Order: sequence, then structure tokens, then C-alpha cells
Amino acid sequence: MSETAEPILEVRGVHKLFDGRQVLNDISLMVAPGETVVILGPSGCGKSTLLRVIIGEYTPDAGHVYLWGEDVCCAGPERLDKVRQRFGILFQSGALYSSMTVGENVALPLQEHTDLDAQIIEMVVKMKLELVGLRDFENLMPNQISGGMRKRVGLARAIARDPEILFYDEPTAGLDPIATSVIDQLIIDLRTKLGVTSIVVTHDMKSALRIGDRIAMLYNGEFIAIGAPDDFRDPTDARVRQFVEGLADGPIPLRVSKTDYLSDLLGIEKQDRP
Amino acid sequence: MSATSFVRLLERVGAQGEGLLTYLGGLGYLTLDALKHTLVGLVTRPRIKANETFFQMVRLGVRAVPIISLVQFFVGMTLSFTLAPVLSDYGQLDQLATVIAKAVFPQLGPLLASVVLTGFAGAAIAAELGTMVVGEEIAALRTSAIHPIRFLVVPRVIACILMTVALTVLANIVGTTGGGVIAYLVLDIDPWQYYHTAIDALIVKDVATGLIKGGIFGFIIVIVACYEGLSVSGGAGGVGRATTNSVVRAIFLIIAANCVFTALFYFVW
Repeated sequence: MSETAEPILEVRGVHKLFDGRQVLNDISLMVAPGETVVILGPSGCGKSTLLRVIIGEYTPDAGHVYLWGEDVCCAGPERLDKVRQRFGILFQSGALYSSMTVGENVALPLQEHTDLDAQIIEMVVKMKLELVGLRDFENLMPNQISGGMRKRVGLARAIARDPEILFYDEPTAGLDPIATSVIDQLIIDLRTKLGVTSIVVTHDMKSALRIGDRIAMLYNGEFIAIGAPDDFRDPTDARVRQFVEGLADGPIPLRVSKTDYLSDLLGIEKQDRP
Repeated sequence: MSATSFVRLLERVGAQGEGLLTYLGGLGYLTLDALKHTLVGLVTRPRIKANETFFQMVRLGVRAVPIISLVQFFVGMTLSFTLAPVLSDYGQLDQLATVIAKAVFPQLGPLLASVVLTGFAGAAIAAELGTMVVGEEIAALRTSAIHPIRFLVVPRVIACILMTVALTVLANIVGTTGGGVIAYLVLDIDPWQYYHTAIDALIVKDVATGLIKGGIFGFIIVIVACYEGLSVSGGAGGVGRATTNSVVRAIFLIIAANCVFTALFYFVW
């Protein structure tokens, strides 16, 4: 079997419960090398949880996650570490190390996992920061730069060791339209120029249509649609349509409480209402 | 007392006991983890960062020198004032230095230095690590295959143990000197006589047990602080709770350990 036919990431039958609530229900997904897969969905649908299960932060209650054929869920710490050195993650807030400068943040993966000497590391840091447009910011602390800049530094750190897969958790959340386009273009460039596989969790529809090779929509812990961006431009499923077009009314409810409103307000049981 | 309320009392006592055992067990696991990573980090790459360890030593120890000196100086002076009348009554005022040295070197030096350091260093470590947990920095480290224990805990453990021993030495000297200052200024005891009496009175056991206990207390401070910090949940409130708990619990464990080790040295040395 040729290398290119093997999926680089395979999620098989993953279930995850939190406090008895089923957050992920029988999730399966295969990602080919070099693909950009976008995982979409309304808030609270389980997308961040799915991402954390894939990177090994959470253990699923059932099912498996295979990265390069290695089962992430039951790998020992050494094998898990080897897998983790081959991917990079951009967390929603950037998750920069607040006690280190921008330059030190980007340099850390290189210092910890390679034998490169300090001058080379400095060069690589400059290269990665140049890619995200922040080359002169090395000596600033994370709390001295804006949220959007922190995300870009987080991306520079995630690509410091040229990983084969990149995971993005809401990369464009809270960014202005220009910064959003910049990040989108970076994600596309990383695929076209470096062949990086990208898994992007987002609820930005525009970004998703722009960057995705395939889009998977998650709702209530299940995939309700998986396909190419064109399939999402005129969807048949009412829930998908509501999300894609950004409609307030539709099958996806705004209010999620399960009790009767008037009874709750008046503090009486439903059958006792006048 | 009725049967049900007695059972409920038993349940509560049992729950507290279980909680304590779970806590000590958690500290034990963290200790073993830290030990493993220290040994591994001395031999294989990635090594323990010496720079980071020195930085922590300055932050946790060197910066505490003024406050510990002040505290111990006051303690020494207070001891002089307290003991002088009692010793006078027995005509033993010339033995003031003996009593002070015997009180400070094995007991008050390590104990009070550690209690001050718990507030100074322990709270800071717990707050820092707790804030890192809340800001997803620990998750970022873990998922980039940088082990948080090796990267964060080990340098702090090494730094805190070394600095607590060093600060115990300082505390012992400053405390005894504080007593000597009052002995000279108020009680007309010649400083050289005070010094020689103190030196003659001290035996190896006094100094050694004080230093050993200092090391143990330093370990308690840092391991409790790291445990509390790394198990934070619940945002800023959680960080606040962790900071308070790290100080209160460490002080309790230090005082309990002091009693245990003093008793041990009494019987065994």
C-alpha cells in the first residue's frame, strides 16, 4: 500500500461524555496527507472537545484516534511524545508562555527538541516570525502585544519545527477582517508550499469556505454533513443551511433550557398554571 | 448522641481522613515524578535547564534574604529579652548564649525561615503555576512534548531545597546575633564571651539536624506549592484558593514534620 493512500489522521467511533452528557457521539473522520479539513459547528457542539481528543489531551470513552497509524489513546508517554513532536497546535488564545518573550516562545520547541545551536535557532525564530509578519517583535512580552498578534506568535511557535500536521483551535476568533484574511492565507500557504496537513476548528463560515478542502459540520456531538466547500454553498439540510447563512431562526435553537419558561419564571409546576 | 448522628460524625471524620490520605498520596506521586525527571534530566537530553534553576534560586531564595534576616533578628532579640530574667533568677545569665544557640540552630532557625519562605516563595509558585494552567500554557507545553514536571517543577524543587538550606544557615547566624546584640546593649554581656559561649555550646547534632530539617521543609514548601498550582481549576478564584492552600497546608506540614524529625533525632542521634 503506498504511503500517500494511508490517512495521516483517523478518528474511529469516538465517544466522549462529560458529567453524563454525551458531548461526542460516534465520531469518525479520515484525513489524507496534505488536506485541509475544517470542523465547523455552532457554539457548544463539541468541536474543541474533538480537537482535544485528537491531540491526546482528553481520552475518549470509546473509540480510537490514529495519528500516522499510532493509536494516540493508548500510546505510552514516550510514543505519545514522539507523535506530539510531529504536529503543532495553535490554541484559541495563543497560549503563549507569559514569562517568556515572543522570541523565546518561538525558540522553545527548537531548544527542547533539537540540537541546533543558539545562532541557528535565532535565525529560525526570525524566519518564522517573518512568515507571520512579526519579525521585529522578538523582545516584547506576550502581554505587550494585541490578541491578534498573540495568535500569530502562537502560529509561529506551532510551525517552529516544520510539523507535518497543524491543528488550529478557532484561529480567526476575535480578529478583524484583515487579520482574518492574513491567517487564512497563511493556512493556505502552509499547505501549498510545505504540504502541511491542517485540521481547523472554527465557526467562521467565510474562512472555512476559503481554506477548506473538506468541511465537516458538527452538531450536538455528531457530524451532520461532510463534504467539499461547494456542497455547503447551497445545502439541503435545514440545520446546515441555518448555520451557513447565519440565520437566527431555524432548527438550531438559541435557547437550550429544557424546562418550561413560564413555570420557571413563576416558580410553579406546569400543571398548576392558571 | 443518637445513632444516626454518630454515624454521620464518623462519616465526616472518615471523609477528612480519606481526603488527607488522597492529598498526601497526590504529593507522593508528584514527588516520585519530580525525582524521576530529575534523574532522567541529569543524564539524557533535554537536560534540566541550569539557567532556569539559577533564576529560580535568585527569585525564591536570594530575594528573601532581607525579610528572613529581619525576622530572625527580631526573633533573636525577643529571645534574649525573654530568657534573661529567667536565667538571672537562677544565676545563669552567662549561659544566655547557650540557650539561644540551642534554640535557634536546631529549631527556630529552620522553622521560622521556612514559614516565612512559604509565604514568600510557596505562594508565588502556586500562583504562577495556577495562572499557567488557566491560560492553557500547561496544555501547550504538554502537547508540544515538553513535560511540565521536568520543565517547571524540577528547577523549582532543586532551587527551593538548596535555598532553604542556605537561608537556614543565614537565619541561624542572624538569629543568634540578634540575641547577642541585646545581650551586649541591655544585659552587659561581652560580645566575644557571648560568641565563645555559643560556639562551645553547639554540637554537630544541633547544626546538622537544623540543616537537614531546612532541606526537608524546603521540599515541603515547593512540592505543596507545585501540587496546588498544577491542580487549579475554576479560573481566578481557583488560583486564589490554590495560593492560600499552598501556604496554609505547607505550614501545617512543616510544623508537623518538625515535630516528627525532632523526635526522631532525639531517639536516634
